[in-house]
Amino acid sequence: MLGLNKKDTLLFWIVAALALLAPFILNPFPEGSSLAQMFNAGYPDLMQRFVIFGILVIGFNILFGLTGYLSFGHAAFLGIGSYSAVWMFKLVGMNVIPAILLAMIVSGVFALLIGYISLRRSGIYFSILTLAIAQMCYNLAYSVLGNPSSNFNLTNGETGLQLSLDDARILGESVTAEGALPVTNFFGLAMRSSYQMDVGGWLFTFNAGYYLSAIIMLVSFYVSIRIFRSPFGLMLRAVKSNQQRMNYTGLNTRPYILAAFVISGIYAGLAGGLLSSMDPLAGAERMHWTASGEIVIMAILGGVGTLIGPVLGAGFNEYFKNILSKINDNVLHDWLGFLPDGFENLLVGFLHYFVGKGWHLTLGIMFMLVIIFLPGGLVQGGQRIARLFRRKKNSDETQQTPAE
Amino acid sequence: MGILEVKNVGKRFGGLQALNNVNLSVAENTCHAIIGPNGAGKSTLLNCFVGKLIPDTGSVMFDGQSVLGRTPYEINQMGISRVFQTPEIFADLSVMENMMIPVFAKRDGSFRMHALEGMMGEKDIVEKAEAMLEDMGLANKREMQASSMSRGDKRRLEIAMCLSQEPRLLLLDEPTAGMARADTNNTIDLLKQIKEERDITIAIIEHDMHVVFSLADRITVLAQGTPLVEDSPENIKGHPKVREAYLGEAA
Repeated sequence: MLGLNKKDTLLFWIVAALALLAPFILNPFPEGSSLAQMFNAGYPDLMQRFVIFGILVIGFNILFGLTGYLSFGHAAFLGIGSYSAVWMFKLVGMNVIPAILLAMIVSGVFALLIGYISLRRSGIYFSILTLAIAQMCYNLAYSVLGNPSSNFNLTNGETGLQLSLDDARILGESVTAEGALPVTNFFGLAMRSSYQMDVGGWLFTFNAGYYLSAIIMLVSFYVSIRIFRSPFGLMLRAVKSNQQRMNYTGLNTRPYILAAFVISGIYAGLAGGLLSSMDPLAGAERMHWTASGEIVIMAILGGVGTLIGPVLGAGFNEYFKNILSKINDNVLHDWLGFLPDGFENLLVGFLHYFVGKGWHLTLGIMFMLVIIFLPGGLVQGGQRIARLFRRKKNSDETQQTPAE
Repeated sequence: MGILEVKNVGKRFGGLQALNNVNLSVAENTCHAIIGPNGAGKSTLLNCFVGKLIPDTGSVMFDGQSVLGRTPYEINQMGISRVFQTPEIFADLSVMENMMIPVFAKRDGSFRMHALEGMMGEKDIVEKAEAMLEDMGLANKREMQASSMSRGDKRRLEIAMCLSQEPRLLLLDEPTAGMARADTNNTIDLLKQIKEERDITIAIIEHDMHVVFSLADRITVLAQGTPLVEDSPENIKGHPKVREAYLGEAA
């Protein structure tokens, strides 16, 4: 279908089903139960983050997974996309499509520039160059270009860029009839509007912004499959495998890598534009180097160089970040109430460091475990499980044959 | 006038004069061997042909055009393919994918952005790559990952990749180094076959005299960065200067 082979088509439909049915899948517990409060992730904010970070990591994987060039500054493009989109909302109007397009164009131009400079070096030096340039972007956004009292206030410093009532919005209204800020919309459909479905004890939320992001994610995913399977994708894998042979085969590696860098920068810009479309404010912290590190972590968690890995990695990371940070001492006492008091307090005191504000610690341990036991990421885990089942089935069959 | 003309080439690394006033002419459709003891400057000379090194003095002309100052990929696009001492292939890719890359490079040049076109539309590339694999007896290893092949097969694949580009000059840098006798003989047979079947000029650097005397039409002996003699294999065998500088030690 659509120029994909059977296996890729299946993969695409699996991801499509996961994305479109996410409001059901992520809400397995009935509304109001204590499990729902902890583990349900089917609310719009979080679901939007799942798919938007999915787009970001899918794009990152085109660079890192195919060519092996580790960009440690990809969050810069996310931030650039976010700022571009908010400026579109401030100056032109609240429709998200022009904002997203501008985000992609601006981040693409920046990617071309940054890539051109960084790709003079390879390996660790390339990573350091991208990291340095991204930190420069962060500092420019945080202070130099964001002084609220200057005439040229591009990013509004540490407060972050946000909408205000005196923005121009030449194709829309500066202020709504009620005197409030207008909301982001897709040709009139407000991004924050939701339809809620009440089934038995369950409450499912279908959010317009989420579905727009999910559809864009599916398109991005489809494009990435096409790139992986194209002659261009083959060349990128060849870059990772042996650049020397490429050069002596008459191929100029630099434009191939630069093209991959720009494509992944555009993906990141698209993700940034979408983040701003869901919630029209952009802060410099989105460009911080820890944000870049998180992208790398998500890619490795899911499985570098695989098609579905980025989606899994982004989902895994965002889900556990959310769940773990929601668990606090009270919740722990609740759960461990059946234990003798002294022991309970001791255990809660210990677990305290792993949840709530300490979520980094748990996620870090999970990351370590995946790297050590599944260097191929969650995808490798899935493959192992699948192989286990297949072997079981095969051995069942072989046992049956002699009986016949 | 040969297809490859080397004039007065000199290259110095710090205090070492690696090449000194090298003159060499490789005639079209012949096999020209460059031999010499270790450190004679054979590999340095080869690196000057492919753009890896730029000589300090002299000129290297391929088919009437200078190769100096050009990058390896430009020189390859001019029609020079190189086989390395240790096979340089795309180890992470399948044999078929390895084979397709040079075919793409031959058709599309050094860069082409074909990011959304599937492989299904590339029938001519696939057919050409498959025919080459068939030719070289690698067809049954089509889906194998290149890194899991034997040394001999890797060498065979590398030569196949170079040939698929229909180069006018094939450079071989000790193609049988580190090979078992059987693999060496296979490689000699393969190269002989290539020589007979194709319009191709071969320049070969080799240590193994057996290989050199089975293949070469013409031999240049290099010692301490300078060519000692250039002659036919029969004359080289008996040449006193060569015996002294090179064969003498082994004989």
